[in-house]
Amino acid sequence: MREINAQLITDKVAELCIDANCSLPCDIRKRIEDARANEPWATARGILDKIIENYNIADENRAPICQDTGVACVFLKIGQDVHINGDLTEAVNEGVRRGYRDGYLRKSVVKDPLRRVNTGDNTPAMLYIELVPGDKIELTVAPKGFGSENMSRIAMLKPSDGIEGVKNFILKTAEEAGPNPCPPIVIGVGIGGTFDKAALLAKKALMRSTDERNADEFYAELENEMLQKVNALGIGPQGFGGKTTALAVNIEAMPTHIAGLPVAVNINCHVTRHKSAII
Amino acid sequence: MERHITLPLTREEARTIKSGEQLLLSGVIYTARDAAHKRLCELVENGEPLPFDIKNATIYYVGPTPAKPGQVIGSAGPTTSYRMDAYSPTLIREGETGMIGKGKRDAEVIDAMKKYGAVYFAAIGGAGALLSSCIKKAEIIAYEDLGAEALRRLEVENFPVVAVIDSEGNNLYEKGRREYLETVGAKGNA
Repeated sequence: MREINAQLITDKVAELCIDANCSLPCDIRKRIEDARANEPWATARGILDKIIENYNIADENRAPICQDTGVACVFLKIGQDVHINGDLTEAVNEGVRRGYRDGYLRKSVVKDPLRRVNTGDNTPAMLYIELVPGDKIELTVAPKGFGSENMSRIAMLKPSDGIEGVKNFILKTAEEAGPNPCPPIVIGVGIGGTFDKAALLAKKALMRSTDERNADEFYAELENEMLQKVNALGIGPQGFGGKTTALAVNIEAMPTHIAGLPVAVNINCHVTRHKSAII
Repeated sequence: MERHITLPLTREEARTIKSGEQLLLSGVIYTARDAAHKRLCELVENGEPLPFDIKNATIYYVGPTPAKPGQVIGSAGPTTSYRMDAYSPTLIREGETGMIGKGKRDAEVIDAMKKYGAVYFAAIGGAGALLSSCIKKAEIIAYEDLGAEALRRLEVENFPVVAVIDSEGNNLYEKGRREYLETVGAKGNA
């Protein structure tokens, strides 16, 4: 049994909140640069240049890449052999509170969805906990902006809808979103499980490096096909037309019920933020 | 290439701006998001005065990050505009001539823009650090309780926008995509 002080978790979460908001994961940056090199439409190239310039300014000045510094989605993979001294949820929320204050990040959380009063410190975090073998804690902070979150969709398809039904739903979701989620976008897809598990899979898919394809060849091919199809829509960067509508389609699948085919599409903008650390 | 526009923008000037034009805005703009729009429209409904002169005004849909010491404003890119669709026709009728955001607008907003003379501009979404460098002055003039959503008066210089929907209803989101597909094609091979 390894003892870990909750204070360590607070410090790490605070650090990751700031880091995730100010500098992009390397793979996303590279995707944008590659897209710029392969973009045939002049207007779109101009937009991609500005987007890259913005990343550079944010990185150099340690400034938020986007003013929507999101709701803090915090994923913890906790080793079964770890004992945490202190209140874990409070430790995570204190990390968010500190990170958003010290990093001059925007506080974008309201206490109640209908009464809508800002909590003032961006808490609570959206906390996801998974127990895994081992004696370490892996933390990932993924600030989620709502311009893209609002364009995400879920469908409970019928088994007879099959792969074509899934393809059509992904494509329809991307097309209806159009310019709203700040394309170029990253598309996370969750297929299977239950209503809620499909949505969680889609969100987790957004945290997989865009350099990696699904380990299952069947889904890797589907990812490539859907990326090509989404980019054939011509929506382009910011929706002004162009080849670069999406940077990647990441798909995760899991077992489901004989009667169902849940599919969730979670959209991220080009500011696809997530940073991880291990304690 | 880019056309310079000095704000405030009269209805006559607004009608000269065409969809697809790249513009650099200089002058005063006001910031408001969903919550501030709701309050502004309630004032209009009750016949009470607004906290700023809406005539010829341009409203920027933005909730900036807090300014660091010595900074005018934090990152300040646009938020998605459709959430303001319920309120914009009222404000356009009252005199608003420019809106800055990103993403689609509904038919009622576009009808009001055509009827009164107003333009919908887009700034680059997800480029908040870059855009903040064009903001030279910022002060909260109302609704401080809303935090990031407070109503601010900004002075901007050469603030880059694209006219997406003009006062005739022409829409770059439709035209840009169509022209790209007609010229380059779905396969994207130039």
